[in-house]
Amino acid sequence: MRKEERFRTLKNIVKVYLPEDVSEEAIEAESNFTSELNINSANLVDIVLDVEDAFHIKIENDDMDQMKTVRDALYIIDQKLLNKA
Amino acid sequence: MKKRVVITGLGVCAPKGVGVSDFLNTLKKGESGIAFHQELAALGFSCQIAGKPEVTPSILEAFFSPLQRKGLRASGIVYGVIAGMDAWADAGLEKAAKEEPDWDSGIVFGAGTLGVDTFREAIHLIDANKTRRLGSTTVIQTMASGISAYLGGILGCGNQVTTNSSACGTGTEGLIMGYERIRSGMASRMLVGSTSDSGPYVWGGFDAMRILPSKYNDNPILASRPMSDSAAGFVPGSGAGALVLESLDSALKRGATIYAEVLGGAVNSGGQRGNGSMTAPNSTAVQRCIKAAIKDAEVQGRDIDVINGHLTATKKDVDEIRNWSEALQRRGIDFPYINSTKGIVGHCLAASGSIESVATVLQLKEGLVFGNQNCPDIHPEILAYVDASKIPQQTIQYQPKIAAKASFGFGDVNACVIFKEYPK
Repeated sequence: MRKEERFRTLKNIVKVYLPEDVSEEAIEAESNFTSELNINSANLVDIVLDVEDAFHIKIENDDMDQMKTVRDALYIIDQKLLNKA
Repeated sequence: MKKRVVITGLGVCAPKGVGVSDFLNTLKKGESGIAFHQELAALGFSCQIAGKPEVTPSILEAFFSPLQRKGLRASGIVYGVIAGMDAWADAGLEKAAKEEPDWDSGIVFGAGTLGVDTFREAIHLIDANKTRRLGSTTVIQTMASGISAYLGGILGCGNQVTTNSSACGTGTEGLIMGYERIRSGMASRMLVGSTSDSGPYVWGGFDAMRILPSKYNDNPILASRPMSDSAAGFVPGSGAGALVLESLDSALKRGATIYAEVLGGAVNSGGQRGNGSMTAPNSTAVQRCIKAAIKDAEVQGRDIDVINGHLTATKKDVDEIRNWSEALQRRGIDFPYINSTKGIVGHCLAASGSIESVATVLQLKEGLVFGNQNCPDIHPEILAYVDASKIPQQTIQYQPKIAAKASFGFGDVNACVIFKEYPK
C-alpha cells in the first residue's frame, strides 16, 4: 500500500468520528485528533480498532499514547507494517 | 404551593406503532403487534412469539448519526431515543444550544435491561481474551442509565437526568417521579418514559418460568388475551414510550398543545407479605396504591371514567379487577370502562407503563376508549365485578374526564397515576 493510499484509508476511518461542525477537508497530516478535529477522546479507542482492522496490525496502548496527530498515526502504521514485512 | 403539571408531548416506539400517529391507528383498529419470531423457534423456546417495534433503516437514519449507528446493538437505546426525541419534538421543544444546557429540563427514563445483545457480544469478546476489542460504547450500551444519558446529551438537559428501574412498574413510576419534580417546583419540564430491549436473551428467563403462552406459535395475533377466560400467559414485548411533562405555567407561556393534566399518583410495595411475593402483588398494597393515587389527585373513586389496567393476560387479571373494584368501591354497570393495551402490543415489561400511559392519554385527547383484544370470552370471575359493557371489545367514542393507569412489577411494587382531560 502506497503512502497516499494509507493516508486516504486513515482519513476514511477518521471522518466517521468528526463532530457535525468539522468537515472532512479539515483532516490534514498535521491535524491533532482531539484539539483540532474535536474528536471525543473516547472515540480514539474506536479509531485504533478500525485502523487495526483496515491495516491488519495490532496497536499497543503505548503506541496509542503517542498518537496525537494524523501524522503520528501514519508513522505508527508505517512502523507496524514494516515490522510485519 | 403545588404546581399544576400537564402533558405537552407524546412519543412511542411500540410493536406496530412506531410514532404516535401509527400507534393511535393501531389502537383504534385493534391491530396486533405480536408476530412469530424464527429466532425464538430456532432456540427451542416454548413461546416463539413476541411484540417488537419495526425500526426500518430509514427510521434509524432519521434518529441517529452515522457515528451513533456504528456498533449500536442496544435496542433499548434505539427504542428509547426514538420515543424520547419524538415526544420532545411533539411538544415543540428544541435541543439546548451548543454552549449551555437547559437547566429547567430533566429526564427520568427507566429501563429494566437496556442492551442485552451488546452485553452478550462483550462477554464473547472478553472470554476470547479480546477485551481490548470492545470499543468505547460497550459501557453506555449496557449501563442501565445509558438511555437517559443518551437522551440527555442529544437534548442538552441540565436538570435531573436519571433512570429508574422497578421491573414492569418502571414506566408508570418514572412518570410519577417526573411529575413530583415539576409539582414541587424543581423543574419546569421533564421527559419521562421507559424502554425495554428485544430478543431471546431478554425474554428467555420468562419462557423458563412457563408464564408465556406456548400454544399460539401458529396464531400469534390471538395469543395476548387479557381478561379472557382462555388467557394463557403474557406475550413478551419490547419498545419504549415517552411523555413530556411540563408545569402548566411553562406550557401556557409557550402556547404548547396540552394533551391532558397529571392530577396525581402514588407508588408503594406490598413487601412480599400477605398474598404478595417476588412475582405476585399483595392485594392490600395494590388497593392502597390505587386509593393513595386518587387521594393525591384530590378526586374520588366514583370520578374515574376509564382504567388502563396492568392486565397481562395471566390468572392474576382476576385479582387485579377485584382490587380495582374494592379500591374504587364500584362494581357491575357502575364499574368504569377498563382496557388493557397488552392485547395489542404484548407485555413490554419495563416499557409497558410508559407505552400504556401514552395510550391512556390518547384516549383523553381523542375522546375514545380503545377496544380490548382477544377477550370475547371474558373471565367469569371478572364478570362478577364488571359488567361486560364496561370491557369494550371494539374502540368506542366516549370522552373520559378522568383516567387511571396502574402498573405492577416483580418485587411486589406498584404504581398508579391519575390523568385528567384538559379542556380544549
